[in-house]
Amino acid sequence: MPAQMSVPEALNTLCAGLVLISAFAMVATRQVQGVVRFFIIQSLLLAASCFLLGFSQHSMHLYALGTITIVAKVIAIPWVLKRTLARVLYVRREIDQVFNIPASLLLALLLAIFSVLLVSPIMSVTPDPVIRINLPIGLAGVLIGAFSLVARREAVPQLIGILAMENGAFFAGIAIAAELPLIAELTVAFNVILITVIIGLLARNIKETIGTTEAGALTELKEEPVSWR
Amino acid sequence: MALIAIVSLPLLAAFLCWIPILRRAAWIISVICLFLDFVLALFVSHQVIQTSIVVGVRGWLEADGLSALMLVLVSFVCALAALFAGDEMRHNGKHLHRLWWFYCNYNLLAFALIVVPALADPNLVWVGVELITLFAILLVGFETTASALEAAWKYSVLTIMGAPISLLGFLVLFWAYRSGGGTGQETWSSLTLAAHTMPPSLLRLAFLLVFVGFGTKAGLAPMHTWLPDAHSQAPSPVCAVLSGVKTSVPLYAILRLLSIVLVSGEARMGRWMMVIGLVSVAIAAFLLLQVREYKRMFAYSTVEHMGIILTAAGLSTQASDFGAVSQMLNHSITKSLCFYVAGTVLVTMETREIKSIRGLLRVSPFMGATLLLCALAIAGAPPFPIFLSEYSILSAGLRAGHYLAVVILAALIVLAFIGIMLQVNRMVFGRPDWPRQDVGVPLTCRIAVIAAVLPVIVLGVYIPSPVHSLLQLAARQLGGR
Repeated sequence: MPAQMSVPEALNTLCAGLVLISAFAMVATRQVQGVVRFFIIQSLLLAASCFLLGFSQHSMHLYALGTITIVAKVIAIPWVLKRTLARVLYVRREIDQVFNIPASLLLALLLAIFSVLLVSPIMSVTPDPVIRINLPIGLAGVLIGAFSLVARREAVPQLIGILAMENGAFFAGIAIAAELPLIAELTVAFNVILITVIIGLLARNIKETIGTTEAGALTELKEEPVSWR
Repeated sequence: MALIAIVSLPLLAAFLCWIPILRRAAWIISVICLFLDFVLALFVSHQVIQTSIVVGVRGWLEADGLSALMLVLVSFVCALAALFAGDEMRHNGKHLHRLWWFYCNYNLLAFALIVVPALADPNLVWVGVELITLFAILLVGFETTASALEAAWKYSVLTIMGAPISLLGFLVLFWAYRSGGGTGQETWSSLTLAAHTMPPSLLRLAFLLVFVGFGTKAGLAPMHTWLPDAHSQAPSPVCAVLSGVKTSVPLYAILRLLSIVLVSGEARMGRWMMVIGLVSVAIAAFLLLQVREYKRMFAYSTVEHMGIILTAAGLSTQASDFGAVSQMLNHSITKSLCFYVAGTVLVTMETREIKSIRGLLRVSPFMGATLLLCALAIAGAPPFPIFLSEYSILSAGLRAGHYLAVVILAALIVLAFIGIMLQVNRMVFGRPDWPRQDVGVPLTCRIAVIAAVLPVIVLGVYIPSPVHSLLQLAARQLGGR
């Protein structure tokens, strides 16, 4: 480690590692329920990281942020998912994937390495050890979430992929933009819940109208060459 | 005060539409509130022309030239589209009992669209852009047919995927602002002032992330694939709003940030924007040759115009910035007209396909003539405003010495012109293979089309001096040299 680390900061590093592992776990899980569970664990880790950094920086702001995270992502979102999508959640247990699990994990690992490389020129700007941990791991969380969004073909895991990306962005955010106005953070949390509600309703409508939540089955709209007569 | 009123009127309208006893009057409430909004936006831009900035709540709600221009465009398109929706949605015959819900949602979308240009804090702009996306999802899937839901799903997954990426971008931007010594509140204007002191590597990363995230929402290639689906399946008034202003509002945020990056002395970024803009124009121009549905055709033309605006902003001279903002204005008024006409055709002819419509001019002279007019206008034929702004962009490019980009852009614009006119010719001319002769155009559709045609014709030959000075003020915000 380049600079001296306090105990909370060291624990934050542990959280960071666990956040990354939970991102990998979400890629590797085959069951819809399992993906949701790992998302909740990741959100708890994010909140823990908020509290730890809030303790070490004496910032009420980060405590508030941790509370917002728990309320929005650990309580509200799983509740909304259960309300709107209970049937979808239990109907199909196995998730279709474009790649098999080892290949997905390998690609996720490559994305993590890529994000470390991407932020390495920025590391010269700051000596702050927390940023050096949180920024690359947050970015990796965003990229791995995006990857699972592309690779998964089921509505709920795609939604969780989006939420996991959001978690990644926040994990970087608590280190780099800790004094962001609280109103911005509150509206962001509100936004995340709204995303869940709207996508959940949409997925339920799709389930009722088309009969499946396999996003891979949605292929009717596309361009075909016209025949010029 | 006017700014606060502008932002809260659509919210009020949404609330009124939701009250059970007022649900039957949802349409008239929306139309009145949104037209009042348009008048207020004109008032605000009048003030902006005189004082160059209007403050609603300091640090939160502020409007400069570019914001005022966007406010006018958004409220104009939203108001006319609401008027158009009246008979269009009723004519459909379906979902009549849910119409209040449609208008409630529509007003919320209008609120989100109007609040983004008025917000001064970039982080809240992110929230506003996300709200636009979310309300638009509900409207795209409003008709709950299989294809509408498919379009809504593709739209939501692709555009919401952009959200966390741009969120990280805005967080990095905040970090850059603080590292650059900025202490007060972060607003667009304080960011511009701090442009030189922010660490360039952070600013670059922030811009990159925001560009990717918002680029998905603005329909820039290669993140444009949702756009033709959503714009062909949504109800036509929603299409007019989505294509006319919903794509340019995220682009507005990108341009704001781009201007900060350019002011900080990062000239390379402008060149990259030109490349990406040209790629968008190219992809749209080639796809325009092979579309089968006319609403998809106009959707691809939106991708083309977003590319043109981005290219113009990338040129980053004062003349090209003026071209970019006037292209934004002209695209909004013309493209919304295109979707009013397309919606009228869809309601009366009941088909989305180009090849099943022939001889529209004989079936209904009104529809035939307006379709021909709006196609010529959106493709950029001479007496129309888009021709003027495209011409000014091209000549600004020549003066800046970007000959290759200008040649490519001109060739692609011509190609897109050919694509659009080939398709529209097949629809407008010829002998109708349709026995029906007298097709009635619903009243509010007719009024909306006529009201939207007027500025398209007038601005092509005469730009009133307030419009010109507003465009100049807006162009100055883009920070070209």
